[in-house]
Amino acid sequence: MSHDLLLKISVVILFLPLLSFLIIVFNQKRLGKAAGIIGTSILGIDLVLAAIVAFNKFVVYPNEAIIQWKFHWFSLGNRTIDLGLGVDNLAAMMLIVVTLISFLVHLFSTEYMSEDKRFPRFFSYLGIFTFSMLGIVLANNLLNMYIFWELVGLSSYLLIGFWYEKDSASNASKKAFITNRVGDLGFFAGIMIAFFTFNTFMFDEIFSQIRSGVLPFESGTILTAMGILLFAGAIGKSAQFPLHVWLPDAMEGPTPVSALIHAATMVAAGVYLTAKIFPVFTADALTFVAYTGAFTAFMAATIGITQNDFKRVLAYSTVSQLGFMVMSLGVGAYTYGFFHLVTHAWFKACLFLASGSVIHAMHHAMHKLHDHHSDPQDIRNMGGLRKTMPKTYLTFLFATIAISGVPLTSGFLSKDGILAGTLAFGNLSGHWLIPAMAFISAGMTAFYMFRLTIVSFFGDFKTEIASKTHENNTQIVLPLVVLAILSLWVFYSFNPIDASSGWFAKAFKPVETVVPAEYQFDFMMPYHDAHATESTEVSHGSHSYLNKFEEELHHQHYTAMFLSLAIAGFGILLSFIFYYYKKVDPDKVANSIKPLYLLSYNKWYIDEIYQKTFIGGTILLTKLMFWIDTYIIDGAVNGVAFIWRIFGTFVGKFDNGVVDGLVNLSGGVVGFSGSIVRKLQTGRVQTYLLLSIIGVILLLWWLF
Amino acid sequence: MTALLVTLFLPLLGALLLLFFKSENKGLIKNTALGISLLTFVVSVFLMLGFNSNNPGFQFIYEAVWISAFDAGFRIGLDGMSLLLVMLTTFITPIAILSSFDSIKKREKEYYVMVLILQFAMTGVFVSLDLFLFYIFWELILIPMYFIIGIWGGKDRLYATVKFFLFTVVGSLFMLIAVVWLGYYAGSEILNLSNGFTTNYLVIKELHDRIPVDLQEWMFLAFALSFLIKVPLFPLHTWLPDAHTEAPTPGSVILAGVLLKMGTYGLIRFNIEIFPVASMNYSGIISTLAVVGIIYGALVAMVQTDIKRLVAYSSVSHLGFVVLGIFAMTAEGFQGAIIQMVNHGLSTGMLFLCVGMLYERRHTRLISEYGGIAKVMPNFAVMFAIAMFASVGLPGLNGFIGEFLTLKGAFDSKILGSYWYTIFGATGVIFAAVYLLWMYQRVMFGTVDNPANKNLPDLTSKEWAMLVPIVIFIVWIGIYPNTFLKISDASTKQLVNKIEMIKFNKPAYELPEIKPADKNIKK
Repeated sequence: MSHDLLLKISVVILFLPLLSFLIIVFNQKRLGKAAGIIGTSILGIDLVLAAIVAFNKFVVYPNEAIIQWKFHWFSLGNRTIDLGLGVDNLAAMMLIVVTLISFLVHLFSTEYMSEDKRFPRFFSYLGIFTFSMLGIVLANNLLNMYIFWELVGLSSYLLIGFWYEKDSASNASKKAFITNRVGDLGFFAGIMIAFFTFNTFMFDEIFSQIRSGVLPFESGTILTAMGILLFAGAIGKSAQFPLHVWLPDAMEGPTPVSALIHAATMVAAGVYLTAKIFPVFTADALTFVAYTGAFTAFMAATIGITQNDFKRVLAYSTVSQLGFMVMSLGVGAYTYGFFHLVTHAWFKACLFLASGSVIHAMHHAMHKLHDHHSDPQDIRNMGGLRKTMPKTYLTFLFATIAISGVPLTSGFLSKDGILAGTLAFGNLSGHWLIPAMAFISAGMTAFYMFRLTIVSFFGDFKTEIASKTHENNTQIVLPLVVLAILSLWVFYSFNPIDASSGWFAKAFKPVETVVPAEYQFDFMMPYHDAHATESTEVSHGSHSYLNKFEEELHHQHYTAMFLSLAIAGFGILLSFIFYYYKKVDPDKVANSIKPLYLLSYNKWYIDEIYQKTFIGGTILLTKLMFWIDTYIIDGAVNGVAFIWRIFGTFVGKFDNGVVDGLVNLSGGVVGFSGSIVRKLQTGRVQTYLLLSIIGVILLLWWLF
Repeated sequence: MTALLVTLFLPLLGALLLLFFKSENKGLIKNTALGISLLTFVVSVFLMLGFNSNNPGFQFIYEAVWISAFDAGFRIGLDGMSLLLVMLTTFITPIAILSSFDSIKKREKEYYVMVLILQFAMTGVFVSLDLFLFYIFWELILIPMYFIIGIWGGKDRLYATVKFFLFTVVGSLFMLIAVVWLGYYAGSEILNLSNGFTTNYLVIKELHDRIPVDLQEWMFLAFALSFLIKVPLFPLHTWLPDAHTEAPTPGSVILAGVLLKMGTYGLIRFNIEIFPVASMNYSGIISTLAVVGIIYGALVAMVQTDIKRLVAYSSVSHLGFVVLGIFAMTAEGFQGAIIQMVNHGLSTGMLFLCVGMLYERRHTRLISEYGGIAKVMPNFAVMFAIAMFASVGLPGLNGFIGEFLTLKGAFDSKILGSYWYTIFGATGVIFAAVYLLWMYQRVMFGTVDNPANKNLPDLTSKEWAMLVPIVIFIVWIGIYPNTFLKISDASTKQLVNKIEMIKFNKPAYELPEIKPADKNIKK
């Protein structure tokens, strides 16, 4: 396939979901249930095309960095603003991830949403979301990225608030949009600096300019700042601390949305952006990214342990796993950060869709029992679902195993690489806190995921509702099965304990930094600096490394593996002791460490803190401003008017009472003053103008 | 040239025509007014088609001797910047007239006469190439606007209209002083004309390097005060929320859509063009006020309980971007400012139309009276959302282009020389999302709790006809802004060249030679 054809197909892939949106949105009444079929079929075609493009990129053009196309959008001064799209390996893989998950979610929704009165609208929103997301994936420049970034924000807003009658849903959608905007402000500022410096938005052109020594404001510090500002976009979209607060609330959206947007694709966009701009990060920027990710992973994992809402546990798990990906990129383990994005997409989508399956079943059971008060998402109402929903249970269990990092799963391969990366980074840079947080989080992940599985699926039915649940039909179960299968190791590497020999690691080789050596870690600088411009490293087996970090990562592989196995095993064991064998009562433990328990249960009080500081502060400020506007600025205006009115009344009285009596006298006064004023009459217009201006100024001064 | 004269005078002729109709003949009056304004729009489209966008200078120039005693002429013409604003005027007016059909229910004849006179004056402001003529049109606007708010407005209309009038008149007074001063200085001190006076804009704008800087600064301030009140720039804005709130829907649409742009247009046309050095000297102060206005307007908008007031304060915020773009004095800044003027006219005009539609149904503007409207008026919800997101600056819709370019222009500006303007200005984008989304949520989302909202009818075909044309342009500018940016490209480059020549002694851009064919000036 020629480059041209490949790009043309990519354009078709991009616009097909938009077509789906347009068809459905303008024919909502006419289509009804058919909207689901149309949406799903269009995404099916999209998936096939995506597979064709990805195959060509990986097999026919494996060595081309990017196949891209730029076009002229509009011109400004002497510059032209170009847009474009490009397919590199990252994009090719993401095409598959987005279209496949979107297709499965469409399929799932045809059943899950079938009783919703706005069924067609839901599918139209899915279409516009997929379009926006593919736009991000295919962007070969910052501006395109930003445009679709915001459109993804819009579609997320629409989908979270899909059930807008619920206040919680409309609040969550607003919160998501605004929180993301805060991150986007940083992203925007970063783009400004980039365009100001490099006169282009194109990734490849920016990289090559930095490589040749062009720095923003000729300063490495500003380059660091630019990297961090661009990364701020990712902090918002990928729900990193401190902007993670919107994601758990976003669970108010329908569950298929949670799977598509808030687990697998949209939230991964931040990680994807970070991967795309990875070469521009300086040592300081990388450290910042790494700590952000590590802390997010740790914090979210501690929260996930105590939540009782099925979807909320998954939401915090998502935040935590996104933290892993971000941390991985921050420490320089580029390959594994992206790898985890892909593997996580499958198993987390599987977990979410399975949770949807459970909630759907709980709903139906409640309906049958005429129960309208219980919470179908509370895991304390479940239990024993293994018996009524065996297929959902099996897929959920398998995805749990994968996310916990047990061997023979994809999650093991990617997480193992990340952990090895953090060890290598700790060893080389001395930042040991990062691997520490990473390993603890990995252990907690295994613990809370098995807690969730055991409490909801094992044991006896805790309520009558749980006992009345039934397995769902094929449209719901099939996506689960597909996603669970994709979580096997074999799709990424034949060796179940080491991904580095697999095709995935070969296709996503570490990329080289373009930052000048003085602003970069020594261990991140490429070994072969002499012929640095083109493909730097020829991989002969596993003995040729891009830089010192890659070499160290390889050395840390086995240490990381044994440590991670031990800690995951410990987490799983612990959750069995707590929740399956019930040897220890979790409530008692919670009581003995009450402050910690409350900290976790209340999500570190971050929402409350924001409410008191930023939101409360803004509200106070707006009230103050409004007060100033009403009483000071407008008050001054009305005050002036008032004074004039008084003055007018006074003059009126004066006119009637005094002036008439003094008319004769005034004649004399006028004559006298005229003799003085005459001297001012110079005959020059300037003097008159000056005098009139002075008069007006005196008047104003007197008035105010 | 003929097309320009027709565009200018057709509304006036229409107003005269309406005077001959009987007041009872309401249908005929309405349809004639609409027909006239639509016809004007069609004529103005020919202007656009006949416009040569490679020519940075004025086109369709027409000159007629008027008051020869002080060389005030009837001089009109268009360049790329004014063409876009003329187009905006001819586009918004028919929509405003259509929206009057249901909202204006007394003294219709007088009303439509006023609107057409208003259109005449607005077009006049944008096409004048003579300071005296400009001043006449500028003041002429006050009369119809005073009556539109004062007669057809809301409860506190008298307070609002007097406030609007006085604010503007105070500004105009200073402008008049400056016009006289400038006319005299140019005529006597510089050119030594026989009558010692000229108000010919095309002559005066070339004299900037012969006006001493201190004089430039005084005159700059006098013009600026007048224009900045109209924009309005913080802290001169308090007439706007009152005027907007009390004006009838079409009045608000025209006020937001076109009238405010006269201020920003004046800043470019007169302040920057005639007093470039003074403009540079004051750019820091004015840009600071613009940024304060962006944030301040947004914050105050957040606490409003009245939808119209909220949108009015959002105008204060949005126009701050325009002023920031202008005083960045870069090609991006000017282009951004101009496209943002058009954008604001479209998106805020549409927001006011939407608010008007709610008002027609419920006769209240209080946010708390609504809730759950999306359920009863689903089509309206979509349209309102488009207007809102255009205003928020969502990419793909027009607002994004304007905000992007103005912020970018300010970032690159060597005149401003600091990127803090951009950083602080950009926070306005977050605040815009906060107050608009919050308002939208309270009005449209949730359950229908208020029984009065239960059976509201969705959009009528008339309302569709008002909204759809605006949506088309909102999307068009958002996706392919080049159509519009191209028109003002050469003119803005020429202006930037002028500034760069003063500041750096070399022009920033190469511009094509002007073909003689475009220069035919009729005496």
